[in-house]
Amino acid sequence: MSKVKKKVKVIKIDLDKCNGCRACEVICSAFHATPKYSNNNPARSRIRVIHDPLRDIYLPVYAGEYTAAECMGRDKYVIDGKEYSECDFCRASCPSRDVFKEPDSGLPLKCDMCEDDPAQEKPLCVQWCLNDALVYEETEVEEEEKKEVKQEDVEIGLESMIDKYGMQKVLETVARMTKKS
Amino acid sequence: MRYAETGYQLEIDLSRGNIERVETDPKLTELHLGGLGTNAKMLWDRVPPETDPFSPSNLLIFSTGLLCGTPAVGANRTIVTTYSPQTLLMGYSMMGGFFAPELKFAGYDKIIFRGKSPNLVYLWINNDKVEIRDASHLKGKGAVETAALIRQELKEPNAQVASIGLAGENRVYMASIEHGRSSASRLGLGAIMGDKGLKAIAVRGTKDINIARPAEYMQLCNDVLQYIKVRAPNLIPEVMPILAGLGSPQEMVHYDEKWHTENFMWGNARTRRKDFWNKEVEEKWKETQERVRTRLISCYNCPMKCGAIISIPGISTYMMKCFSKLTYTMAAYSDLEFGFRIAQRATEYGVDGFSTPQVMAFGLELYEAGILTDRDMAGMPSDNEGRFYWLLDRIVRREGIGDVLANGTYWAAEQIGKGAEAYAHNNIKKHEQLPLKLGMLNPIYFLMYCTGEKGNITQIEGNFPQAPFSTMELKEAFVKDWVQAPDDKFKKYVLDWEMRGERSMPFYPPVEACCEIVDWQEKMHHIDDALGLCAGLSSFPLKPPYHIHNLPAFISAATGMDMDEAGLTQIFNRNRNLVRAINVRRGLRRADEKPPEDHWKKRFPELEEKLLDGYYKFKGWDLQGIPTKETLQELDLAYVAEDLEQRGIIKNEQG
Repeated sequence: MSKVKKKVKVIKIDLDKCNGCRACEVICSAFHATPKYSNNNPARSRIRVIHDPLRDIYLPVYAGEYTAAECMGRDKYVIDGKEYSECDFCRASCPSRDVFKEPDSGLPLKCDMCEDDPAQEKPLCVQWCLNDALVYEETEVEEEEKKEVKQEDVEIGLESMIDKYGMQKVLETVARMTKKS
Repeated sequence: MRYAETGYQLEIDLSRGNIERVETDPKLTELHLGGLGTNAKMLWDRVPPETDPFSPSNLLIFSTGLLCGTPAVGANRTIVTTYSPQTLLMGYSMMGGFFAPELKFAGYDKIIFRGKSPNLVYLWINNDKVEIRDASHLKGKGAVETAALIRQELKEPNAQVASIGLAGENRVYMASIEHGRSSASRLGLGAIMGDKGLKAIAVRGTKDINIARPAEYMQLCNDVLQYIKVRAPNLIPEVMPILAGLGSPQEMVHYDEKWHTENFMWGNARTRRKDFWNKEVEEKWKETQERVRTRLISCYNCPMKCGAIISIPGISTYMMKCFSKLTYTMAAYSDLEFGFRIAQRATEYGVDGFSTPQVMAFGLELYEAGILTDRDMAGMPSDNEGRFYWLLDRIVRREGIGDVLANGTYWAAEQIGKGAEAYAHNNIKKHEQLPLKLGMLNPIYFLMYCTGEKGNITQIEGNFPQAPFSTMELKEAFVKDWVQAPDDKFKKYVLDWEMRGERSMPFYPPVEACCEIVDWQEKMHHIDDALGLCAGLSSFPLKPPYHIHNLPAFISAATGMDMDEAGLTQIFNRNRNLVRAINVRRGLRRADEKPPEDHWKKRFPELEEKLLDGYYKFKGWDLQGIPTKETLQELDLAYVAEDLEQRGIIKNEQG
């Protein structure tokens, strides 16, 4: 197999610089609204600031992959004397919590680095973070070429529906809806 | 579909335990925008002027501003409105934080409380599910502690909570409503909340807020953000550090307190310490601040960092903002360490950080003067700091002398008598003010102190410089890119204004110019309070990102209403006159509109009368400060004129 160069997009998150304003959640949910910017709702955001001011916890986390199953255990990390749940750092849209799911449908959300149409120069959360808690970096890595299958939003959504209701039920529903229309 | 607003409000009858979700009339948004404007409308319509603040028929309104929950930077204010137990006038205090956007996302623009709950309760709003819950287990708990306990029992870490402490429960006239790093502190609104048996409100919302013209609105938001990026670090020369940038006074950021400690008064707004600040104090206070301050923090959707988390070993963590950093320190002639420590207890009790330290210092002055005796103060420790803790504990529990002091200096002095009245020397409209005592009368500030109805100078001052710049170069540099000025004559006032000579205070700016300057500054505050914008990005600092020229576009793009500067000015005048009419109906007259007697050393009675006459005329008010019939009619407030006429307040001959 041949080697290819691949651009890796990185958001450097500096927890010490986060002031907890959640502007990242605001702009993320506005950008991903349909039509664009027509509404905003932090509960739809693909970034969340896990925050607990009295324990000085400010932790922006991005939505990652959807997963059907939750972890067997929930470990705890103590960093600088502050206790975090393993879940705090986790990017998954998973059954154990509400985070990274559409509030009405429960469908999973995932950060797309604002590559949505039109693709942004930098993710908007980074652009709206004037305190530099979020900084955008691009690096290049060389790796072996492999066929990458990019899952579409619809597919991710369907997968979660299937996990929730079962393949049969989803098929039946789609069939019924097809007939109707 | 409603844009920017949700179009619904919650009506909560605490006496009957009834909850209703009511659709609002879009026409009211066109007339009053929202926030303070629609609150005033509701208070006028629904609470008769003879209502006692502690009557069950008094309303307690928690309102979002029109732009709260939209992506507009800093649109996060909650405007709380009721009749104040202390001034007996309309009380409208506000708080930043995260409450208002969350309420919007839950689907409501306002919560309106009436009646009184027989038991202590809290309200839990989880989108469409709203319930009144028992709070008897929270009785006596601290405001910060209460918020944490409620989040825990609801298993909802993202719920936003506004709560009262012991002071509110005991109807202390300085009681605040606390919400994380923010509070609605002034005018005793926490006492009304306590009187209604309402310990807290918790809210969680996950719905959308819609924008009428999305692309246009986002462009405006981005422009503001870009402007903040440039303006915030570009400090205005000759202006004290905490005010030279943006945001509310940057007390949590800065260490240099020379200006406050040497210009503001210590004790009961009493002593100026001109040579207080030195290297040693600076180093010690800086060490304190750096040690206790864990992190600088913000309100919802705002890059400014006006608040801080304060952690002192041995006492529980709390959040602080703004000037309460120094009020306790200076009232007690103590140091910053004491200030940070006692503020923790005061925050849990839920008291106003402006009034409370002054009330305590007032009590101690009365004791030193022999007006309060050892019997009144039985049990008080002998050390200075200990006395402040002791007094604070008595006041919030209304025990002994605390029961008297809990009503604030004005009412306490009246009750104590024996000459105590002279010690309640720093009030306007029965409400304690910043401990500022100055030399030469400032005509602009004279008008603002007299006529401001929010009871706090910071809520009316702002966009115009507090004093003339020292050189022509500085003046020219200031006006060069002053896009915020409503028109060029304001630039001329800045250019012509001098520190001494003919064009200096108190006779410059001339009366007419003072009226325009005050009216403009007040207008910006009123607009912020209707939109829910933080004054720290708008009406409070010099050269802010929001101003009279771009706000109409924000309103238009967000709501779809057509708005221009003239229209916005009309709404301001309508809201302003409605607030005035509410207070006039409750007895406010010219005689109440005066600064603390000793605020300035050099006074000019003749000029002061001219200023008030001029300003009233400018506002369309009569010589008593009562809006004229014509003024009200022009503002679609004919129903207000009619009511005032029926009550004989607007005399028939006036119209």
